Amino acid sequence: MKRRSLLVGAVFAAVMSAVPALAQTTLRFTWYSDGVEGEVMQDLLKRFEAKNPDVKVVLDTVPFKAINENLPVQLAAGQGPDLARVVDLGGVSPFMLDLRPHLKDAAYWTDNFGPFLAWMRQPGDAASIPGYMTQLTVTGPLVNKTLFEQAGVALPGPKATWEDWAKAAKAVADKVKAPYPLAIDRSGHRFYALALSYGAKMVGADGKAAPVDEGFRRAATLVADWHKSGVMSKELWGSVSGTAYRGANEEFKNAQVPVYYSGSWQIAQFDKTIGDAFDWIAAPNPCGTAHCTGMPGGAAVVAIKTTRHPKEVARLMEYLTSEDVLSEFYARSLFVPGHLGIAKKGVAYKDAKPAAAAALKVFGDQVAAVSPSAYEAQGYVFNRIIFNATISRLGQAIAGEGTLDEAFARIAADVTQQIAERQKK
Amino acid sequence: MTDRSALSREPAGASLPARLVERLWDGLIALVDAPLAALQRLVGAERMAYFFLAPNLIFFGLFVFVPIGICIVYSVTGGAGIFPFARPYVGAQHYATLADCGSYLDPHSCQADHFWRGVRNTLIFSAFQLVAMVGVSLFTALALNRDIRARGFFRAAFFFPVLLSPVVVALIWKWILQRDGLLNAAITASGGQKILFFVEPGWAMFWAVFVSVWAHMGFYTLILLAGLQAIPRDIYEAAEMDGTKPLRVLTRLTLPLLWPNLLVVLVLVLIRAVQTFDEVFVLTGGGPGTATLMVVQFIYETAFANQTQNFGLASAASILLGGLLFVLTLLQLALARRKAA
Repeated sequence: MKRRSLLVGAVFAAVMSAVPALAQTTLRFTWYSDGVEGEVMQDLLKRFEAKNPDVKVVLDTVPFKAINENLPVQLAAGQGPDLARVVDLGGVSPFMLDLRPHLKDAAYWTDNFGPFLAWMRQPGDAASIPGYMTQLTVTGPLVNKTLFEQAGVALPGPKATWEDWAKAAKAVADKVKAPYPLAIDRSGHRFYALALSYGAKMVGADGKAAPVDEGFRRAATLVADWHKSGVMSKELWGSVSGTAYRGANEEFKNAQVPVYYSGSWQIAQFDKTIGDAFDWIAAPNPCGTAHCTGMPGGAAVVAIKTTRHPKEVARLMEYLTSEDVLSEFYARSLFVPGHLGIAKKGVAYKDAKPAAAAALKVFGDQVAAVSPSAYEAQGYVFNRIIFNATISRLGQAIAGEGTLDEAFARIAADVTQQIAERQKK
Repeated sequence: MTDRSALSREPAGASLPARLVERLWDGLIALVDAPLAALQRLVGAERMAYFFLAPNLIFFGLFVFVPIGICIVYSVTGGAGIFPFARPYVGAQHYATLADCGSYLDPHSCQADHFWRGVRNTLIFSAFQLVAMVGVSLFTALALNRDIRARGFFRAAFFFPVLLSPVVVALIWKWILQRDGLLNAAITASGGQKILFFVEPGWAMFWAVFVSVWAHMGFYTLILLAGLQAIPRDIYEAAEMDGTKPLRVLTRLTLPLLWPNLLVVLVLVLIRAVQTFDEVFVLTGGGPGTATLMVVQFIYETAFANQTQNFGLASAASILLGGLLFVLTLLQLALARRKAA
């Protein structure tokens, strides 16, 4: 009896002494998904936790809208997560943690994420490392090849202009009775691909916002004219108000859109949902008078500076950015890599169907064709203010509420007012 | 304070569980009775009312008055900071921005044109919704008050949409009204052309009002039905004996006697119409253009949807809207008192 008591006591003592070793740090990770990347990330995190039993990572998946609208409020209130996947890199930059003091090899980060780190930094900061790109995106046209074939209309070539694409899309739609000849996401980011192609700059020589210039006017006039002539349906740009995003994913999947201007992030979704219903391809970006450029962009996982566990966050980030793990993430999520080393080696998209693999190749090639002004626009810290003002006011003009000139004046006023408000101290 | 013997309702020969419950009840009363009796001796019987009101007042204050106070502070401060101490004082600047108009009848002449478009749309929506809601609810209540077949079923059917979430209601109707929706399918099947309901401003406002009436009329019908059932039958019997025509019965008997209930419905409908957001936002997104943009959507978008989350301007607009709702609430209270008198 006495021996048994001793044994029980010893086991109890052993268990109690082991408790501190098993104590876990919990990291909250705010995430959103466009396609399958959430499942892939969950899988990778499980493996991280198996290797690092002292860290538990909770992936809080939220709608995309919450990333832009709710997360900034949380961050400003100091109630943010430990790390988050964000797209408004400039807007969230004041709340990002510089990981350099906690990284084993900061040079690996600057070598592989260098050009994109600038998007995550505040003006005047040229050195911090707040996170990494989960994907590099580039905008571009997605084309329903089957509808073109059925209509007997030739696909515009690699150097075709926006006007060429609009003409071809209208011809196809008229023949096959498709309701949306050319659909462009109701998004300022997508509109800027067109505007930059016609020479828009977004930022003036003085480094200040200059949203309405000649290139911008030309692009806005084209979009307005396309709505009048039936090349674009008012259902996307004219049917909602304010800053609301509207895409044409469902319409494209239902073969109602011959040409859909969106971006590389749609590939995984289309690969999964379109299947063999029709042939679709990604095409090179249409040309304007200045460039044939898409808008770069993407999402980044960034560390949040209010975290109480910066070392564990850095450890997780190092794991997620290691070449093999990140390659697997890009490959399984069907994302264009935002890691220079991986991009150079190429990603083997083993699970992709031929159409998706070909589209990824096209978008990958488009990254090299992105104009410097597009990178500058994407890196501009107040770009979302300009994007939002653009779709809000241009949407009104398209719906018949005022002229384009009135819309231009309102865009300039909105941008000035919002930047001034943000800079009030 | 309490006569415990009076509260003990244990009947002779009651079952064991019943007796246990009664004992437990007596124990609880005894537990509460002593401290409350002591408190009453201390503060006096009149002031005990405050003690009983305190929990509700604290809860209400914390979640209503404190946010109103914070909103006022935000409305006189600027910047993008979230904590009041991190926001510079700007005085009435946001109110001045909202009030800066060439003509209040022309939103386009205003600096905050979206706010005034929201005001105009909210007024139009409220006017149409008020007439439609009261009219349809009254008609339905009158019909359901008659001795019709399956009256219970119809009463439940008309009330059912009230139980649905406004977002669900809007999504259902969006599905019906979209380009390839149920209604367009019916129109094309009968040889007509598809109508893009969310592209035409007139149609968008019509459906915003229609869906709102569809979703909430059950509630107001219920209020009016209660009023109709409270009207004594013998008045109608007397009118029938006098050979009064049905229309005259309606205008000279039913409506005057129902007037107190109708007034309550009018004010409630008006307050709700001014606050409208969720249904219309999900159904039309405020479009086309800004044709169905309501004041509350302006407040939401100003505060949250932009990169610069302009809590100051949004709060100033909220205070103005709150003022309007306060006036409407006072009106409702005055009418309710008149009804009681």
